[in-house]
Amino acid sequence: MRSEIRITGLGGQGAITAGNILARAAVLYEGKEAVMTEGYSPYVTGGWSRADIVISTEPIDYPLVTKLDLLVTMYQEGLDLNLKMIKGNGAVIAEKQLVSFSGVTRKDLRMIPVPATSIAESLGRKIAANVVLVGSIAALVESVSIESLKKALADRFPKAIEFNLKALDAGYELASKATGEHMEEAKQVV
Amino acid sequence: MRRSGEVKVSATTTINKKNTSSGALKPGTYFMMGNFACVEAAIMAGCRFYAGYPITPSSEIFERACVRFPEVGGSAIEMEDEVASAAALIGASYAGSKAMTATSGPGFSLMMENIGLAFITEAPLVIVNVQRAGPSTGIPTLVGQGDMMQARWGSHGDLETIAYSPSSVQEFFDLTITAFNTAERFRTPVFVMADQVIGMMWERLKIPSIEGVEVLQRKVMDAKTRAKPFDYANDFIPMPIVGTGTNINVDSLTHDYRGYPSTDYTVSESMIGHLLGKIRRHAEEIWKWDGYLLDDAEELVVAYGSTARSALAAVKQARANGIKAGLLRLITPWPFPDAIIERYSRRVHNIVVPELNYGQIVHPVRENAQCPVIGINRAPGALMDPTTIVDALEVVAN
Amino acid sequence: MSRPVTDGGREMIATKHPLDPMIRAERLPNIWCPGCGIGIVLAAYVNALTKSTKPHEKNVCISGIGCTGRIAGYLNLDTYHTTHGRAIPFATGMAVAKPDLEVFVIAGDGDISTIGGNHLIHAARRNVDINVIMVNNFNYGMTGGQHGATTPLNARTHTSPYGNVESPFNVPYLVSAAGASFVARWTALHVIQVTKAIKRMMEIKGFAFLEVLSPCPPTYGEYNGYPAALDMMKHFRERSVVDNGADLSTVSVATGADDRIVVGNFVDRKRPSYDELLTELQARTGKKSGALTEA
Repeated sequence: MRSEIRITGLGGQGAITAGNILARAAVLYEGKEAVMTEGYSPYVTGGWSRADIVISTEPIDYPLVTKLDLLVTMYQEGLDLNLKMIKGNGAVIAEKQLVSFSGVTRKDLRMIPVPATSIAESLGRKIAANVVLVGSIAALVESVSIESLKKALADRFPKAIEFNLKALDAGYELASKATGEHMEEAKQVV
Repeated sequence: MRRSGEVKVSATTTINKKNTSSGALKPGTYFMMGNFACVEAAIMAGCRFYAGYPITPSSEIFERACVRFPEVGGSAIEMEDEVASAAALIGASYAGSKAMTATSGPGFSLMMENIGLAFITEAPLVIVNVQRAGPSTGIPTLVGQGDMMQARWGSHGDLETIAYSPSSVQEFFDLTITAFNTAERFRTPVFVMADQVIGMMWERLKIPSIEGVEVLQRKVMDAKTRAKPFDYANDFIPMPIVGTGTNINVDSLTHDYRGYPSTDYTVSESMIGHLLGKIRRHAEEIWKWDGYLLDDAEELVVAYGSTARSALAAVKQARANGIKAGLLRLITPWPFPDAIIERYSRRVHNIVVPELNYGQIVHPVRENAQCPVIGINRAPGALMDPTTIVDALEVVAN
Repeated sequence: MSRPVTDGGREMIATKHPLDPMIRAERLPNIWCPGCGIGIVLAAYVNALTKSTKPHEKNVCISGIGCTGRIAGYLNLDTYHTTHGRAIPFATGMAVAKPDLEVFVIAGDGDISTIGGNHLIHAARRNVDINVIMVNNFNYGMTGGQHGATTPLNARTHTSPYGNVESPFNVPYLVSAAGASFVARWTALHVIQVTKAIKRMMEIKGFAFLEVLSPCPPTYGEYNGYPAALDMMKHFRERSVVDNGADLSTVSVATGADDRIVVGNFVDRKRPSYDELLTELQARTGKKSGALTEA
């Protein structure tokens, strides 16, 4: 079972870090195989960056994503550009303030807006919006549990772990509620 | 004030909590970038000298070396260019250090001059090339496999080179250790021909305990028995190390058994015979390859590096489509495993060779195969899509 | 290392030179032309070595390619004849990996300041603990006399047959500006001063640089008015001015009959050497780990 996730944002939003935590959790704490590759726009600052994660129960041959089970985006263009890469009945998590779903014509997608920035801000640090989004991913992805993500997060941020765990939990709870009764259905596709 | 480890691990190595006493990372499972794994492998292999020049997509190797080498009692220094980096490695190698650098195409081009010097002076060292799209500056951030022939023929004159081509983060780690061992055994420069995809991907890495890793120590010449420093009758000659009293001249000119320059034809013949022969005579010992579904394969894919991952996916897909496909993954493109290609080519109908270049490794494959060989060549800049290879298999199979 | 010298079957009286143990006498005669100054530099280096307090095996000589590049091979030391222009980075790697060595690079002007010019300034900037002797004969001698970065303006060579249109490097000025701990220039005539300068270089911690101007009778000399073996030496004797405190911006070398040649030990200063700074860095590393240790 292979699933493909892309997390994308503008420079400084922490897309790569988010992808790293997710893939690390899969490999180290779920015993699964995962590959993360990074992509950047040609600008050193201000451009987009993305983490592509393939998670599988089997050894991974082709390491890049081809059809996304889940897209996580923190900027509008990230949605527009990657929309066609999402599988039928796939899912999108988007930063609510920065991304609008209004232009999406595809009806098959599960679209979950997460106010990650305002949640992170209310916790005291706007910069942790990416961690909130990682929490939201756990609500949709069966291959990585919230417990494993907490461990991976602790690896990555050993010093600010309490704060980051709050951000992770907040994202997880919000996305769990948002998916609501569709949770089981959502997990089937991701 | 002994700063650089002379092959043996320095007694003054800093011990920090996540490292073992040797300075290597503790054994266990890690999630790591390929370029980082390469550095950890080098440390485990006893490398304590790095001279480099930053270049995408290999810079993480240099950066991590600058963090890790001083921690383990080594040095990682930044040179003014890759010409200087390669020259510094040979100096450090003759000082007794295991030495390495990492680069990408443009830097690899600049290193060719001193790769020749390392070869003729028989200086063991390791050069990692994280290949990107070329020619010239090309696309610095994107994958290519255009330096494979350069690794074989790039430096002028007759060279016999050794190159490893990893297809995963784990293999990048494992082959870096192997590369150091091979360099020491053969007293010659060894290449690890990685590529941008392998260098920059993050994957599972199992770091073994250092006791379980074979690390070859250099055979060092005893100052008292220095009579024939370049004994061409012997494939494996102990290396004279500077400052130990061997008083040996090490020369870039064609040199005789004493290390003295000579224009005598018999000297040229015996020196070149030795330099090429020590590798050619032991090529089978160097060869590494990996097979997938070879037993009943009728159509064979020969691939290496990141393209081998595409090829593996393609072979699975082709099987699902009813084609008896198999994969032969070349782990050592150089010296070329000619007998292996010859053996497998007798069992299959066709061989296809996917590469992110316009035809490099396909040539020695064709030279040795007893069946038709078809190159699948794509411009560098993107990893080959498995369907490209599946399509080619469909064509040759029907 | 004594070598029997015969003359028509009759053994000659002098069979041994006092410096024989320091050189590979079996490799003689050397390749240098009559009147060449490189042998003088070789002798000065060997004389300085005999006074060195370092154990003999810790002395290393590294050279590049060209006439001067052949010096290394005649020395009974650990010697390295490397690639053209790359002796300095080779030496940098060796000195960093094994700091107890006394490393000398002896090479020509083309090697050090032209093809290797970039390596020269960077080694001086880092203040790598190596010693560089640049024998400057104003042209590429081994390849038959072509102009390089030290060939004076208007001088004639095979590649400047109508006169050189390039201005030469003032190498002591360049190396001093780049940061060397020690900078000197003498000529092949100044045997005592060259030997003393080499001894001082052995004591210097950091980058030490010595330019030795040398005659090249068959090529540079031939085309620029100094064709006989001693012509350039006479010129050195007549036109050299010793000025240790010279303003280095004014010490460019030209070989016209009226040109002054300023020589001296110009720079002798204390700056932290690369070696010392690397050792300090290593000591610091144990306390604070760097930014990228995250696995």
